[in-house]
Amino acid sequence: MATDYSKYLRMEKLPLYWCPGCGNGTILKAMITAIDELGWQNDDIMMVSGIGCSSRATGYVDFHTIHTLHGRAVPVATAIKMCHPDMHVIVFSGDGDSTAIGGNHFIHACRRNIDLTVIIVDNWIYGMTGGQYSPLTPTGTKASTMPRGNIDPNFDIAELAKGAGATFVARSSVADPMILKNYIKKGLSHKGMSVIDALSNCHIQWGRRNKYGDPVKLVDLIKEKTVTKAKAAKMSEEELKGKYVTGILYENTAKKEYTQAYKELVEKAQNE
Amino acid sequence: MSKAQIMNGNELVSEAAIAAGCRFYAGYPITPSSEIPEHLSKRMPEVGGVFMQFEDEIASCMAAVGASYAGYKSMTASSGPGISLKQEAIGLACMMELPLVVVNVMRGGPSTGLPTRVSQADVMQARWGTHGDHMIIAVAPETLLETYTETIRAFNMAEKYRTPVYILTDAVLAHLNGRVELPDPSTLEIIDRTQPSVPPEEYNPYDVERFGEVPPLPNKEKFHDYRFHMTGLNKDKTGFPTVNKEAVEADEERMIRKITGNIKDIESFEYYKMDDAQLAIFAYGTNAAAARVAVDEAREAGIKAGMFRPITVWPFPEKQVAEIGKNFDKMIVTEINLGQMLYEVERATKGSIEISTVLQAAGVPIRPQQILDKMKEVL
Repeated sequence: MATDYSKYLRMEKLPLYWCPGCGNGTILKAMITAIDELGWQNDDIMMVSGIGCSSRATGYVDFHTIHTLHGRAVPVATAIKMCHPDMHVIVFSGDGDSTAIGGNHFIHACRRNIDLTVIIVDNWIYGMTGGQYSPLTPTGTKASTMPRGNIDPNFDIAELAKGAGATFVARSSVADPMILKNYIKKGLSHKGMSVIDALSNCHIQWGRRNKYGDPVKLVDLIKEKTVTKAKAAKMSEEELKGKYVTGILYENTAKKEYTQAYKELVEKAQNE
Repeated sequence: MSKAQIMNGNELVSEAAIAAGCRFYAGYPITPSSEIPEHLSKRMPEVGGVFMQFEDEIASCMAAVGASYAGYKSMTASSGPGISLKQEAIGLACMMELPLVVVNVMRGGPSTGLPTRVSQADVMQARWGTHGDHMIIAVAPETLLETYTETIRAFNMAEKYRTPVYILTDAVLAHLNGRVELPDPSTLEIIDRTQPSVPPEEYNPYDVERFGEVPPLPNKEKFHDYRFHMTGLNKDKTGFPTVNKEAVEADEERMIRKITGNIKDIESFEYYKMDDAQLAIFAYGTNAAAARVAVDEAREAGIKAGMFRPITVWPFPEKQVAEIGKNFDKMIVTEINLGQMLYEVERATKGSIEISTVLQAAGVPIRPQQILDKMKEVL
């Protein structure tokens, strides 16, 4: 059955203010479709964002929404989850927002394994401020603050999240919207910190500087750069250089979720 | 029945927060405020509240803002360097109009300064620390008991006006252990944020036309059923961003007016032996305890001194200080910094009074004798 998106969107806020062809819309659609398949009610969903193009997503969805400060969506989401453990708390964030200015909050939320779903729109660039390089801008590519090509090595968000303690880590891209939707759905259902690295196209701020100003061409490049986990297992380190491994990269249901741990602490304190 | 207890200032802030209905605390360790999270880490779970020590000061303050949005009375505490880090989040609470209590246990500065020593050098930071036009409420208790009662009042004002409120204590008050007779909880006036009575689909978080200058805000019980949007951008009545010139200006002005327009409710001050005084002392916070002794000793020596003490330090008691400027010839401003509220006193008195100072930024309290010496010098 087709999804009735009007149930989840603040229709009066449309059209989206993002550039035509932006991957944000694809990822937002994947998230809404996943929620629809889960049958969740709008009142039960809390969506938190920081600052950046993708962070404006909170304005379009008819959930509980809060558009906070640059990099600070995760601590706000953490607090809300602690206050209302029964609510589904989602963070919609960009690569700069979540891994640069918000990097510390991100790893510590992973460490706690609090039941948040963090969807990272990984478009390799700061879009809203004009194309500056982020920790995810591929090395060697151009940005407005790396006009001669980026010399910074990148984070691997999936490895970072896993290493920090997140218990569900997946990566897909706007080139595979159905698979992305499935991963988001799994992440939303997972009890614990789930991180979805959603590779996305910013053909305007990253693309135009790197000969990928056409969104279709850029989505094709993303497709080219992604390899499935199964395929990657058969590839050499050399062959995997510059590639993004997709799939459900880590899943752990044994680690205790943080609001549960806190609930037990409260019970202990009250029975002393 | 009230019962006398031996407690320090940090414990009193913590217990008062719980009595005021605070059920969310987020913080980060820093001297001299650390006994607040230590105390609340024990107490919050007992009362079913949330205590969290975050990865940094910024996260702590953002979490407190998030909890307030989610309907909880929330608090964070720190000292100078930590308060500097929290400033952006405090501005977010100003813009989103979320109740928030921020405790600054003042220590020396700038920078790491004197972590274990007393100071009052953050009073201007409390007023202007976050960027942009805004109004702030700050209280500065003098005694242990007042630390308790002012913390209650801070929560009440935060809830009533949907705004951040600072509690400015200091290293002396924080670590001073003393006998305190806490008020009977049933005698305390506890104010909660006004609750929306309209159905959720009709609720807007900033609909001042319909709800008045401080619109209702769902508490933790109502939060689930009331869906709304908030942003740090300038907003319209629905909580969505706007750049409309008239809407922005009206909102900016209202956010200040909701505090200055209710000054009678927010202001708090003390006139100590001012009725027949010939010399006025301006002091606040723990430093007022020294000034009080100096006033008493001066009177024994035949000097008719009195003290004006703001308890609500922000908004500044302009009217009262202007009045003193008109009625007195001389005034001594004393504070544990190199002159901050001095600017406000000068501004309010507009040159109508001769102002002398007893200022000190050495990490030690000002002694009554220093104030007494100054009195003798100026008379």
